[in-house]
Amino acid sequence: MELYQKTASELSSLLQSKEISSVELTKAVFARTAQVEDTVGAYISTDEEAALARAAQIDEKRAAGEELSPLAGIPIAVKDNICTKGTATTCASKMLENFVPFYNATVVDKLNEEGLVITGKTNLDEFAMGSSCENSALQTTRNPHNPAHVPGGSSGGSAAVVAAGETPLAVGSDTGGSIRQPASFCGVVGLKPTYGTVSRYGLIAFASSLDQIGPMARSVEDAALLADVLRGADPMHDSTSIPREYDSLHAKLDPDMKGVRIGLPKEYFGEGIDAEVSKAVLDAAEVYRGLGAEIVELSLPLSKYALPIYYILSSAEASSNLARFDGVKYGYRTQKADDLIDLYVKSRSEAFGPEVQRRIMLGTYVLSSGYYDAYYKKARAAQRAIRADYAKAFEQVDVILTPTAPTTAYQIGEKTDDPLQMYMGDICTVSVNIAGLPGLVQPCGFDSGRMPIGMQLIGPRFGEQKLLNAGLAFERATGLTDLVAL
Amino acid sequence: MIHYEPVIGLEVHAELSTKTKIFCGCSTQFGAPINTHVCPVCSGQPGALPVLNKQVVHYAAKMGVATHCQINQLCKSDRKNYFYPDLPKAYQISQFDVPICENGYVDFLVDGKPKRVRFERIHFEEDAGKLLHDEGEGTVVDFNRCGVPLIEMVTKPDIHSSAEAKEFLETVKTTLSYLQISDCRMEEGSIRCDVNVSVRPEGTEELGTRVEMKNINSFSAAVRAIDYEVERQIEVLEEGGKIVQETRRWDDSKVKNLVMRSKEDAQDYRYFPDPDLIAVEIDDEWMKQIESEIPELPQSRFDRYVNDLGLTPKEARTLSDSFEKACLVDDGAAMGRVSARALANWVLSDISKYLNDKQMELSDTKLTAEKLVAMVELIEKNVISGNAGKKVLVKLFETEDSVDQIVEDLGLKQMSDEGAIEALVDEVLAANSKSIEDYKGGKKNVVGFLVGQCMKASKGKGNPKMINQMLAKKLAER
Repeated sequence: MELYQKTASELSSLLQSKEISSVELTKAVFARTAQVEDTVGAYISTDEEAALARAAQIDEKRAAGEELSPLAGIPIAVKDNICTKGTATTCASKMLENFVPFYNATVVDKLNEEGLVITGKTNLDEFAMGSSCENSALQTTRNPHNPAHVPGGSSGGSAAVVAAGETPLAVGSDTGGSIRQPASFCGVVGLKPTYGTVSRYGLIAFASSLDQIGPMARSVEDAALLADVLRGADPMHDSTSIPREYDSLHAKLDPDMKGVRIGLPKEYFGEGIDAEVSKAVLDAAEVYRGLGAEIVELSLPLSKYALPIYYILSSAEASSNLARFDGVKYGYRTQKADDLIDLYVKSRSEAFGPEVQRRIMLGTYVLSSGYYDAYYKKARAAQRAIRADYAKAFEQVDVILTPTAPTTAYQIGEKTDDPLQMYMGDICTVSVNIAGLPGLVQPCGFDSGRMPIGMQLIGPRFGEQKLLNAGLAFERATGLTDLVAL
Repeated sequence: MIHYEPVIGLEVHAELSTKTKIFCGCSTQFGAPINTHVCPVCSGQPGALPVLNKQVVHYAAKMGVATHCQINQLCKSDRKNYFYPDLPKAYQISQFDVPICENGYVDFLVDGKPKRVRFERIHFEEDAGKLLHDEGEGTVVDFNRCGVPLIEMVTKPDIHSSAEAKEFLETVKTTLSYLQISDCRMEEGSIRCDVNVSVRPEGTEELGTRVEMKNINSFSAAVRAIDYEVERQIEVLEEGGKIVQETRRWDDSKVKNLVMRSKEDAQDYRYFPDPDLIAVEIDDEWMKQIESEIPELPQSRFDRYVNDLGLTPKEARTLSDSFEKACLVDDGAAMGRVSARALANWVLSDISKYLNDKQMELSDTKLTAEKLVAMVELIEKNVISGNAGKKVLVKLFETEDSVDQIVEDLGLKQMSDEGAIEALVDEVLAANSKSIEDYKGGKKNVVGFLVGQCMKASKGKGNPKMINQMLAKKLAER
């Protein structure tokens, strides 16, 4: 077995026992990247030199007997909407193609403090708006399971690097499913943490009240290890980060499913969900039953409102968050402008892609005087109702099991002409963001075309441990699938 | 001919004197080199997030309490969206539908008559940057001022003349300085205002169409702007025209205003709650702390100075207008050693003169209430003369020395020993027998001459009152 095929947990043991060095490992993943990246196209930028220098540093520390954290020396890729000091952070947009932040996101500082080795920045849908990575203005990313298919989005690059063995770990961000759906499409594990448990400082905002950074990995255990690094209060930099004790999730992993109540919401298995996907998830429920869990059918009656609520709230916030890209301070500026207004209009029209412009217009509309009450305000009220819907469900069950997306990864270009069809693909994931809950996605089978199917476990607020425990139980029962050959 | 009554409302912006900005740790210091007090947050870098400075909430609530507002102990921050190069995020974080303070008022005197102006609201918000057009090619944006905390105070349309507006602004300024929440440095733009003006036929209730004026940077400019606009509106109406609802820009150098934008061009700011910030909650304990920090306010001190100390309104105003002067009198009197009136006399005369001459504030000097009291006490106990007190005062402004030390160093201690005074008087009388004859002949005014001779002989240290008494006694004996 090649190094690049191993999980972060396995690699951590090898590093700690000094059977391998971080430099060797880093070279191995860059060799793999060189081999597959032409096909996959997951990275917007890589910095092998910096990564090797960092790896050598960690090796020195280890040789000197310094106590290192479990993930020290492990390569990791970072989604390119998370600020890295001195390294371009593009949001896969022409607007920020040459933007180099002068500060690090809190999570990047954390990765550095824990000794992880950042390999590069991964592709995404422009400003994280999209579900297939096809909205990237910079490059096309392909699904390692079948290069004719999309990797999902918006964290498609992060999902693809893990699925292709280009790194064992990656960081993504999730506003309406952007970690979970690509994890599902690429057959990897992705965790969208409870809102407020990972600092957003340095994450270039799409929708502030929904955005959350989270881990992407090959195994549930790896996701838990990385979640432990990412989580934590950040009172100096992020007002929405929640001050509380963050116990190690990895240390408390427990795959015992006896007596655990798993809910199957009927709204997630009906019309619009591909039969093969439904079947794979229902089969997973049977696996849980076999492990001693109790399967409970339940209803989340407001689920059908989640999609419109999501597109109103996220677009409203995006229209304001993206207003700062005006051609004045940083980012793209039009070549020739007659006056200030012309500078704004041209810079933004030339540098934002069609999907971003669509959402800015939608968001501007729903916040406009005369429409605010009918759209934004109503959506906020409906958001509270959805939270209550979930709260009621979690009185009956410990976790909820659903599909992640209505289909497996579709072909590149298949849905680009129909934004509404594309939005429908988010139907299983958006309510988790609206309610601020944690969601874990992991592989649970393949469709007839050998494309991965992912199942989604939804937990109550701060219920990450329950999700990871259930995820680990399923993974142990069914086994990790080997990396796809490329 | 119809008489028109102006109806005026003000929106006053005051910079708060916090050490750091409202949403980041950058310094608020004025006058730093361009773009040196900036960070990812206040320069609107992608991904940066605001964290509210609690001191801003504290200061805003203090102003609310001092102006009799209802304090919304649970309030929030909202985004006001608009594009301008001095606004790096393209939205200003402000407060929209739930401001921290609502429904207050201030009372003050206009030409001796009491006047009340009600506040609709007071809210906190961040300042924008500054565009510099004279820094070489193009326009430079200085973000140093971005994120400096402001409170915006919005009045009801209770003001009916430029004189009332000026007194109102002075009252706001004095209140801010009493609360020590703003430096109130007009020349640094720490207080600015927008003015809403309409006119209506006197005696009618219905409000006329209002015009908003922006870019008013001093109180005297506010007076000029209001007078100009009132006159302009009356002229328009007299000529049978209609007032158009619009925003006009005041040009103080040309003493005129020009249309900035009409109502149709009014911007839609698309306010919505800032999702990067959480609700602001002032718990009861915090509220108590805020309330406990409100000092006795100018109007109340003014009344006391007139009624209890017998000062003229003008004198009382000189004291009550300055928190530092008022404190010098009131804190000094509170020590119970000398009278408030005696302290007030010093503050109104020599102290005010010194500060005026030097263009200084009390806090720029080293004078304290404790030392002023000690000095006045020495005069009252006849240890030093009033004239010597003036010399001591100058030293008190400029040195850290104690009063006793200064009196000692300058040799100002008065001769108040009865025996010594008697010897002095005897000596002078012996040398001026002619004067004694004159006195006996009815020329009573020679006493003044003799006192002067005694003072001279004592090198100015003799206690004049005692010398007077001793002279009277000795002359009577002859």
